[in-house]
Amino acid sequence: MNLQIYLILESIPKMLTGLGVTLQLLFLSAVLGLSLGIFLLLMRISGRWYLSLPAFIYIYFFRGTPILVQIFVIYHGFPQFEFIRDSVFWPILREPFGCATLALTLNTGAYVSEILRGGYLGVQRELHEAGMALGLSKLHRFVYVTTPIAVRIAIPAYSNDFISLLKATSLASTITLLDMTGASRTIVAETFAPYEIFISAAIIYMVMTFFIQRGFGRFEKYMSRYVKP
Amino acid sequence: MKDNDNEAKIILQDVCKSFGDFQALNNINLQVNKGEKIVVCGPSGSGKSTMIRCINRLEEHDSGKIIISGRELTNEVKDIDAVRSEVGMVFQNFNLFPHLTVINNLMLALKLVRKMNKSKAREVAMGFLERVQIPEQADKYPIQLSGGQQQRVAIARALCMNPEVMLFDEPTSALDPEMISEVLDVMIDLANEGLTMICVTHEMGFARSVADSIVFMDSGEIVEMKPPDEFFNNPESKRTKAFLSQILSH
Repeated sequence: MNLQIYLILESIPKMLTGLGVTLQLLFLSAVLGLSLGIFLLLMRISGRWYLSLPAFIYIYFFRGTPILVQIFVIYHGFPQFEFIRDSVFWPILREPFGCATLALTLNTGAYVSEILRGGYLGVQRELHEAGMALGLSKLHRFVYVTTPIAVRIAIPAYSNDFISLLKATSLASTITLLDMTGASRTIVAETFAPYEIFISAAIIYMVMTFFIQRGFGRFEKYMSRYVKP
Repeated sequence: MKDNDNEAKIILQDVCKSFGDFQALNNINLQVNKGEKIVVCGPSGSGKSTMIRCINRLEEHDSGKIIISGRELTNEVKDIDAVRSEVGMVFQNFNLFPHLTVINNLMLALKLVRKMNKSKAREVAMGFLERVQIPEQADKYPIQLSGGQQQRVAIARALCMNPEVMLFDEPTSALDPEMISEVLDVMIDLANEGLTMICVTHEMGFARSVADSIVFMDSGEIVEMKPPDEFFNNPESKRTKAFLSQILSH
């Protein structure tokens, strides 16, 4: 079989019509997931079992089940419950985009909270003590001492999760969304050239990953400015 | 009685503290009056650090009373933060905030705890950097400084809060030998200015020249407490003698 280069070149622009959906899924669920992750982290480190235990169970559940299953449960399963159809969230949950964003958010939130916890635990105990000795309140210590250092420690792992999230958005194509992967599948159905088309899709994902890596690399460098002389 | 109470900056009454089975502090009684300089020494594991860490509640004592400037240390959180802001602490490993420049290390608590505006805080912070003789390092990050400089920044950071008492937890133990004297010089200056100080250290020269009393601890107890002359020339207890012969033998 011959690789038809012109097909790759031709299909890439068509595929980019799905880029918007992919980026929306990515950034929306990344921002919401980060917020959720911070919230879960605060529950986890609260030192109160009735907060930390639910967060622990939540994280276990979402890390313990495949994201595709989560998407299917939300998309196919939720509409069967009348109270969900009657709820204010129905306009969001009725749409595949809403379902995909919700599933990705809930999933990435669980991972992000663990990543942030790693950063939090990586901050030396002595620095907490230095803050205490100066009379800084718990909140001030958390905001001005712990967080900036924890963020620096967490960046490499977080950028990893962000890239995973980019790839996970492709699962949204299984519930009829025309993201990049969804657009690719449509083109395959028209051209019967899965090889070229999916290679094109892979290239676009790789290019996006390249820029994400670079962005995080710069951020990491900035946050680490005080580590190396 | 009341006048006496005002004079006493720190009172420890029958303070006990254990970590699991290990009795770190055993019925500690100590009173430090305004302007007094106390040097605490003793073998490692004797409870010196634990004692001064209890004084600003970095460790919680199990029983007994600790009273700082008339305020007893309890579980009331607001009180603790208030007490801590009046008690300066200098750590063995400096514990500067690595992500903040030197000047911002000093300004952080001035802004957040003392509620100063930025320019006022900067002015106060620069004043203390000059006092420890490193104003030119203000905009560097801690890692760009030598150990001796970092410890002087840490002292300045604690002084900024205008504390009533300063606690030093082996401030020169992590330093290279050539940097010890620059830190001790700063501490001697502070002592001469009348600051109330408790200093855990093995620098016996420093102890001899500035201390009003030397406390010798062993196995979580205060074995002996005497003015330096008596302490070095006429120690009572066997344990003190053994310790002194070890530490002064070189």
